[in-house]
Amino acid sequence: MKIGLFVPCYVNAIYPDVGIATYKLLNYFGLDVHYPVEQTCCGQPMANAGFENKAFGLAMKFEKTFKKYDYIVAPSASCTAFVRYNYLSIMTDEYIPDANEKIYDVCEFIHDFVKPAKLPGRFPHKVSVHNSCHGVRELELSSASELNIVRYSKIKNLLSLVEGVEIFEPAKVDECCGFGGMFAVEESAVSVCMGEDKINNHVATGAEYITGADSSCLMHLQGIVARKKLPVKFIHIVQILASGL
Amino acid sequence: MSTKHAKAAQRFISNREQEQWHNETLWFVRQKRDNMTMRIPEWEKLRDLAAKIKTHTIDDLIHYLETFSEAAESNGAIVHWAKDAQEHNEIVYGILKQHQVKKLVKSKSMLTEECLLNPYLIERGIEVVESDLGERILQLMGEHPSHIVMPAIHKKREEVGKLFEEKMDSEKGNSDPTYLTHTARKYLRNEFLTADAAMTGANFGIAQTGEVVVCTNEGNADMGTSLSKLHIVSMGIEKIIPDLASLSVFVRLLARSATGQPSTTYTSHYRRPIEGGEMHIVIVDNGRSSIQNTTGRDQILRCIRCGACMNTCPVYRRSGGYSYTYFIPGPIGINLGMLKSPKQHSDNLSACSLCFSCNNVCPAKIDLAGQIYRWRQQLDSFHKASTSKKLISQGMTFIFNRPDLYRVLLKMAPLINRLPRFLVYNRLNAWGYGRELPRFANESFNSMWRKGKIQKDNQ
Repeated sequence: MKIGLFVPCYVNAIYPDVGIATYKLLNYFGLDVHYPVEQTCCGQPMANAGFENKAFGLAMKFEKTFKKYDYIVAPSASCTAFVRYNYLSIMTDEYIPDANEKIYDVCEFIHDFVKPAKLPGRFPHKVSVHNSCHGVRELELSSASELNIVRYSKIKNLLSLVEGVEIFEPAKVDECCGFGGMFAVEESAVSVCMGEDKINNHVATGAEYITGADSSCLMHLQGIVARKKLPVKFIHIVQILASGL
Repeated sequence: MSTKHAKAAQRFISNREQEQWHNETLWFVRQKRDNMTMRIPEWEKLRDLAAKIKTHTIDDLIHYLETFSEAAESNGAIVHWAKDAQEHNEIVYGILKQHQVKKLVKSKSMLTEECLLNPYLIERGIEVVESDLGERILQLMGEHPSHIVMPAIHKKREEVGKLFEEKMDSEKGNSDPTYLTHTARKYLRNEFLTADAAMTGANFGIAQTGEVVVCTNEGNADMGTSLSKLHIVSMGIEKIIPDLASLSVFVRLLARSATGQPSTTYTSHYRRPIEGGEMHIVIVDNGRSSIQNTTGRDQILRCIRCGACMNTCPVYRRSGGYSYTYFIPGPIGINLGMLKSPKQHSDNLSACSLCFSCNNVCPAKIDLAGQIYRWRQQLDSFHKASTSKKLISQGMTFIFNRPDLYRVLLKMAPLINRLPRFLVYNRLNAWGYGRELPRFANESFNSMWRKGKIQKDNQ
């Protein structure tokens, strides 16, 4: 089973440690992980902004880059959701994609396929889980607050495998943080307002860290925290999961 | 880059206290909805069923409209067909004129807002009295609804108290909601008694029986229609559902979704005219049939106007109903506005972070967010795409199509960390509004991998 590791563009440039932690984890589980160096972006930013035609070429490139792998694993719920749910409609009728069928967010991949009983290391900290919209409502990493379904959280299940982690969740448990790709700049007032509210809810839990499966949300929230010089820190879930590696 | 919505939203947020109050008030309604829906084990099945019933009805709409009108006429109602707002207004005015109506009392109807009926009738000398409390407040203030179910939700009780002092001679400084409601009730009583005709909207039209169902909390629709010999119903063609069995699905969904109540206080079935009176039903198209004929867009016609998508929408709660260019705000309003006139209402498309919460609360399971995403794809063809967003997208595409260039830029990115602050944080950088830029890592994942650093450390 060959796994192609996708490290999304902004993770690559801003949060390489998230990519490294993902690799470490998959490697620790004895999986055959490769990082095809010619990869760039899945095309989501352009498509969400209304330019699927620009995303098309990138989607085709993405397909080609990851053709030879059985699975694609990415430390980003949002990029994974985009490839999974939008590639089919972006492609022309002559080409049927397969990346959409085999891409997984690293959290769901570990939770659903690897199913580890425990993870090494300790992370003796209070963390507040950031339930990202695409993680919750597209990948179903946890039960969406709006739906009348059995409550679960793959994220919390995974975090509880690491010793010492104290898990919290903010009020309005899966309300959007206001990132939303180009929404963040096109509607900057609303976006920042949403982010500030989100941070207040996270901070109110008493957590030292805000953690989540999407670095994009965390990047936006981190920008607000840095501007306001608040004491809360950020960490991607995989970094906690890989803390003993 | 900012749209009309973005600008209006910024103004709304500049009064942070008011924004927070608005946000929390609507969130409270969303929570009430959650509490109510979680008590119904079959809730998600009901939503599935509602979506199926609506889809089925819309697919065979002509048949159901004909069935409805035949049944309604055999009950003794008079059915009118209006192709657009103009025809609707003419028909209503024609009926009123024929009956020499001087005063018309109305219960809440978003369709008559859509048709701009009130100004049309007032211009022609008819006194129009809104009897829904929220609508009445706004009518007296000369404003329009900012929410489809709670039209005056953006008004604080102190503002209402002040208005009533002026218009209804209420006690000075008394803004107790119960007191104000009693004042309005007393005041409206006289209007009901002196009106010559009553008008209602319609939540549902039952094809099987030809009856119209109106859901209210105040009983104002019933008060109007019971005291007047003339009842005019204004109903959009998409309000038709097949039978009473389907109604049982929708009444369970409507109030729970809308306000978190098990049902509205009044669910009134109007089947025939009052004794010695007349009941007119004006069935309105006004663009709906063209939505029905647009592939992929027809699901919007499933909407039962509960407003749940507004209450959950993080953008609506923080920007208010008036920040949208269309008279219906929020996720459903963004879509309806685009279906009405894409050129006129494309500025609302920015008001969505694609969080998909609206999809999950929608009792008719409309893919509201997905529809907004699809509209964004069409903006460029309407020449309405944002130039800067297009440039950014083009620039990103140019880079990402060239892995070598991407690699070079990844290497250069950390230089941005060292730029002087004034170069980075200025009016051109919308990210810098309330946020610091992320710091680029000294070395990207890509570069470390190519040098074999990551693999070596993990052997």
